[in-house]
Amino acid sequence: MAEWNEPIVTPPVISLRGIVNRFGRQVVHDGVDLDIRRGEVMGIVGGSGTGKSVLLRTIIGLNRPAAGSIEILGMQLLEMSATERRRVEERWGVLFQNGALFSSLTVAENIETPIKEHTDLPDSLRHEIADLKIRLVGLAPEAGAKYPSELSGGMKKRAGLARALALDPEILFLDEPTAGLDPIGAAEFDELIRSLQQSLGLTVVMVTHDLDSLAAICDRIAVLVDKRIKVGTLAELQRDDHPWIRAYFHGPRARAAGIDQSQPSAAI
Amino acid sequence: MAETGWVRTGPGDQGTTQGTTLGTTWQFGGAWTLAHASTLDQAVSRLGATARALTLDLSAVEMLDTVGAWLIVRAAEKAGAAGAQLAWVEPSDALKPLFHRVLEAGPEPDLPEPKRVLLIDWLIDLGAATETVGREALDLLAFFGALVETLAGLVMRPARLRWVSVMSHIERTGLNALPIVGMISFLVGVVLAFQGADQLRRFGAQVFTVNMVGISVLREMGILLTAIVVAGRSGSAFTAEIGAMQVNEEVDALRVTGLDPMEVLVAPRVIALVIALPLLTFFADMMGLLGGGVMSVLLIDVSFGQYWRLLNNAVALNTFIVGLVKAPVFALLIALVGCFEGLRVSGSAESVGRLTTRSVVEGIFLVIIFDALFSILFSYIGV
Repeated sequence: MAEWNEPIVTPPVISLRGIVNRFGRQVVHDGVDLDIRRGEVMGIVGGSGTGKSVLLRTIIGLNRPAAGSIEILGMQLLEMSATERRRVEERWGVLFQNGALFSSLTVAENIETPIKEHTDLPDSLRHEIADLKIRLVGLAPEAGAKYPSELSGGMKKRAGLARALALDPEILFLDEPTAGLDPIGAAEFDELIRSLQQSLGLTVVMVTHDLDSLAAICDRIAVLVDKRIKVGTLAELQRDDHPWIRAYFHGPRARAAGIDQSQPSAAI
Repeated sequence: MAETGWVRTGPGDQGTTQGTTLGTTWQFGGAWTLAHASTLDQAVSRLGATARALTLDLSAVEMLDTVGAWLIVRAAEKAGAAGAQLAWVEPSDALKPLFHRVLEAGPEPDLPEPKRVLLIDWLIDLGAATETVGREALDLLAFFGALVETLAGLVMRPARLRWVSVMSHIERTGLNALPIVGMISFLVGVVLAFQGADQLRRFGAQVFTVNMVGISVLREMGILLTAIVVAGRSGSAFTAEIGAMQVNEEVDALRVTGLDPMEVLVAPRVIALVIALPLLTFFADMMGLLGGGVMSVLLIDVSFGQYWRLLNNAVALNTFIVGLVKAPVFALLIALVGCFEGLRVSGSAESVGRLTTRSVVEGIFLVIIFDALFSILFSYIGV
């Protein structure tokens, strides 16, 4: 919020230490450490099955890790009481992969749900706030009265984003925000996230597969390889010589996205 | 933590003429955030009518979020609409991007008021609903036609029928339903005998309890209860199975592979249920008679042997067949509705749930309608 552009010496807003996740005998994460700074956009990438979404779900408390600690906004997530959990939840917003809008409510009612749950504002002000959020994410004002089933994929994501922003959170979690959008829609959505992040002073954590998103809006990137995490800026990771990271950032798609300039692009 | 937001009205600073100030200043300060929104909303609404020149001074605002910014922007818009000239003193650099973002989001658009519901709308809805029911009935009839066509094709080439699928469905809809159908029928037999004996005792005719149990179980209760249980159990399963395949685009995959869903999905289920339901009904009849027998022995001082003889006198083969002959028809109705609704599932998981409910309701409804039709038919032909 107010302190969004302070120098990055402030303590990290999210700090993971030694996270271990396993399902049955399969170990997904084995000692993941990650610090996310205030006001940055952190992209989480990794191959299929490396547990990107599991990591995101762990950070927002939907999945309890087998070991490790999670500090979020200065508090230990795993040791919180229910009241403390509620107070922290007011300070983050989550956009799930397909929006996860409540299908029995209109878009405006969806956005009002967290406001209704966490504050006791009068109805009229709550409606106004919902309308404002709808305009902020670039939806047409008429979209508020529509039901999720009447929206296109891109509009659903925008509506989901509006709901995630309902309580003016400090941290925004995005799970594959551009998956399923056409390239133009994806670029617009990236642009929207970037401009909201800058104007509202958000810290953004996003799981993504989209190399264009990584190049366009992520300040730093966390790569899940060998059950652990490697963090760096795009430029740093391009110099990394781990085979998977090399393949990822120097593959044909990376060239098409303009990330890898070491070889001439194969595109026409 | 910054103090709660506040707003003060002061003299304007847009220049003075001969010592009198022109206009007003609204000075905002403190934390303009969601946490204080109710208080802030009231504070803003107390700002009275303003002069022609209004300065909004945001330089003392310490914290700002979109809600706080909106309250300020809204107040400014209201004053602007009332004819005031607006001037802004910007907030601190850190808050500027957020403030401008909200300012640019613009005023609240005037959306058309939701229409009032009038009597005529209610009539229109009624008409539309009637039309939908009629159209669905026609669709179901068309579906029945398509099924008959498919079955005719299968009679010509029986090898094309999925026999394994038929057997599996007989097991699931028939064999696996035995415990529940048996128990319900037994208990209904018990209840019928109990109530019957109680009433008939007043006339000293308690021995006719056996007639009552025999005829009502064989003619109506056995088949009707079995059909209702099967509609709830298997009709819903058909809709959910086919519906889930529809959501998963498996039905489309069948079509593009050159397989007819009617032949692969619908025909085996219909055939299986038409075979299974009469068998279940026979079992239900027997269990119902057994339950009635147990109760008769306990209540009206007959032995099992006597019960058997009395039953033999009371019911003819006719009575039994009249009940059993309805079973294939009911089976056809239940399977037809179950598959029809399953194939109508579109896209969302939500529609699977909705149509499964419909399938059970329609199935039971049709079973009872046809039961009534059978009664009329039987009384007409005198059985």
